[in-house]
Amino acid sequence: MDNHYSIYICGVGGQGIIKTSTIIGEAAMNQGLDVVMSEIHGMSQRGGSVSTELKIGGYNSSIIPNNGADMLLAFEPIETIRGLDKVNSETKIVYNTHPTVPSSSDKAYPNVDNITKILKENFKHVLPINGTELAIEAGSVLALNMVLLGAVTADDKFPLTKESVIDAMKNNLKPKFHDMNLKAIESGYDSIKG
Amino acid sequence: MNLKELVTGVAGDKQFLLGNEAAVRGVIEAGVSIAATYPGTPSSEIGNVLSLLAKEANIYFEFSTNEKVAMEVAATAAASGLRSFTFMKHVGMNVASDSFMTTAYSGVNGGMVILSADDPSLFSSQNEQDTRNYARLANVPILEPSNCQEVKDMVKYAFDLSEQFNLPVIVRTTTRVSHMRGVVEFGDVNDNSSNNENHWKRGHFNKDPSKYVPVPAFAGDMHVRLWDKIHKIEEITNKSEYNFEMDFASDKKYGLISSSSAYNYAHDVVKFNGLDVDVLKLGFSYPFPQDLVAEFLDDLDEVFIVEEVDPIIERDVLATIGAKNLNVSVHGKLDGTFPLFHEFNSDVVSDGLNKILNFKDDELIKYSSSLEKLEEDIPNRAPVLCAGCPHRAMYYGINKAIDELGLKASDVVFASDIGCYTLGINPPYNCADYLLSMGSSVGDGCGFSVSTDQKVASFIGDSTFFHSGVSPLINAVHNKHNFVLTVLDNRITAMTGGQPNPGIPIDGMGDEAPEISIRKLAAACGCDYVRVINPFNLEQVIKTYKEAFQREDTAVIVSKAPCTLIKGLTKKPPVNFVESNCNNCDKCVSELACPAISKLNGKITVDKSQCDGCNVCIQVCKYGALEAGR
Repeated sequence: MDNHYSIYICGVGGQGIIKTSTIIGEAAMNQGLDVVMSEIHGMSQRGGSVSTELKIGGYNSSIIPNNGADMLLAFEPIETIRGLDKVNSETKIVYNTHPTVPSSSDKAYPNVDNITKILKENFKHVLPINGTELAIEAGSVLALNMVLLGAVTADDKFPLTKESVIDAMKNNLKPKFHDMNLKAIESGYDSIKG
Repeated sequence: MNLKELVTGVAGDKQFLLGNEAAVRGVIEAGVSIAATYPGTPSSEIGNVLSLLAKEANIYFEFSTNEKVAMEVAATAAASGLRSFTFMKHVGMNVASDSFMTTAYSGVNGGMVILSADDPSLFSSQNEQDTRNYARLANVPILEPSNCQEVKDMVKYAFDLSEQFNLPVIVRTTTRVSHMRGVVEFGDVNDNSSNNENHWKRGHFNKDPSKYVPVPAFAGDMHVRLWDKIHKIEEITNKSEYNFEMDFASDKKYGLISSSSAYNYAHDVVKFNGLDVDVLKLGFSYPFPQDLVAEFLDDLDEVFIVEEVDPIIERDVLATIGAKNLNVSVHGKLDGTFPLFHEFNSDVVSDGLNKILNFKDDELIKYSSSLEKLEEDIPNRAPVLCAGCPHRAMYYGINKAIDELGLKASDVVFASDIGCYTLGINPPYNCADYLLSMGSSVGDGCGFSVSTDQKVASFIGDSTFFHSGVSPLINAVHNKHNFVLTVLDNRITAMTGGQPNPGIPIDGMGDEAPEISIRKLAAACGCDYVRVINPFNLEQVIKTYKEAFQREDTAVIVSKAPCTLIKGLTKKPPVNFVESNCNNCDKCVSELACPAISKLNGKITVDKSQCDGCNVCIQVCKYGALEAGR
């Protein structure tokens, strides 16, 4: 369907997931597109798994049906796995390869290269990026969400322009971080396009 | 966007708003003068935003000690001719209900709107109750927005309706409406300029005991007047623009009735699957628009009712079918087409519709066995107490004290309460055995202390103590109950995002305010044993609990240290790990369970980006493997 695009964004509380999604949503609004988004606040934020869902097109529901996402954007490797209910064979799977290890868990953290290998066995568009490293290169580990935002805009099917996403970023984040964030967005964009 | 645009924005502006932000714009457009709440997710952001904007928006805003007080502040403001707004999470309605019920009888003068946010699937709640039952219990109108634009529009409309009929009006959201973000077009703002030296307008209370004092002689007539209003409002719901039909069907065989967030899923499933189903959306759902619904049902053979939580529309539809002698089959929660619990989504709705319409050809996606195994093996990531959280230190200390007294875990009942500290339920703390509601830990302590031979320890947060912990503490002392009550005073209402409470010298509009001392309050309730401890000093924590557990009265311990999320706190540097001293006893991981300390590849690791320098782990480690950072 033309001009329909659903993104499922997931990661760990504190990684800037809601802000990233809001920027995409605002950019979509500014481009005159219908957009709805869902976010979770409260108990789920205390270091737990966090996700937002964003749907562009004529949708009323802000929840993506199972296997209905065009893009899975994960801020953390194992959160990618937790988000797989939303993907189908055509979904772009973009994820940060830097793990955030849960503090108290009875299970060992899986090997990230093995995660990538298994994902590639099952899906066509598996796009791992070391977002944390690129964020640090851009100026701060906190720019991780901007790296991943840049990565989203690199998808050919993504209906928003990089320029409108950058404008929305500037409208939502402090001016003193704009240069760093621009650098982060570009490096995320290049890591997918390049 | 800048939140100030909720005040400065003009008609026609468009913003990408959270449902709760849209509610604030609705309140501003309606020209509200008085707003009060007790914070509760999923409604919390309304208060956070109002707290920032109240002065510019000519609104008096307060975080009341509980929802009942907030309801009373709003009710009296409305009785005094002002527009007033109160808002809460669904269970807050239980607290407010005693006054709310009578507000329906006495009615209002200025418009009064109550926003109650339901939490299907319990993202941050203890139950899934349905606010729509309160509309029917009290007999007040209810509006159910499905999206952010409707939140704004319906809040504003609810004030006009409330004033027209002198009756409070409920706006019911769900988590998925309050925490949805969408495009909202602004409307005109009603003038609410101040008429005095304060930033908000003052009204005047015109005495009329027959209207406002529900003694038996007057209350009977009030009930008659209430029904009269509801019958008149039913004429409006039958014609309301918020109740509308969408023609998707080529012939009139199947219909679907829905409301709130559930409507969004129903709409999308019907639209994107091209189903031959007509849809009736009920945005103004009580008084139930029976004539409108009967007209919709008239041509149908079968109707689906898609609603979250209780089968309320469904029962009203069944009653309509009976009253109008129609022949329509009803598929909803009661016949098992849709689940009786948890939130819906497009998958749940399409599965239900598919039981009758058989339109889905499900192709199961098959993954490799290695991926299936990986999915099973990933560690879970449950919410945890933050690194540097004072609650962790207190829970560690009380468990040590119990151990040193020679007691087993089964010898002590832990009555917990509502807040971040409910996370004490998790291992290794295991400090939550029973919980009912806000403030219940204190009353539960009373009950367990007379009902069992076990020791009893109750935990309550500072804000929850002010909310509803004080009167049961008076009960505890007066009735000579024996338990240890811990007030976890972290100087903030933390769980809901950091709102002030009466223990802090600041009010809901950021002004200075008298600080209420929990220590003095407990002493004034008659407690002989009240101790204020620093939870980060483990020796003091353990000693105090050992003392308190040996008493025969109601002992109060105020565990006082600020929440680590409060901005602007001075913090100590992160701790250092000295590997050569580590004995691999793992106590720092297995007994303290701080998210900044983990064991990776057989080696203790301190994540310095997370460590808050609380230095509790240093006191836990007997081998000097953790030392204060410099």
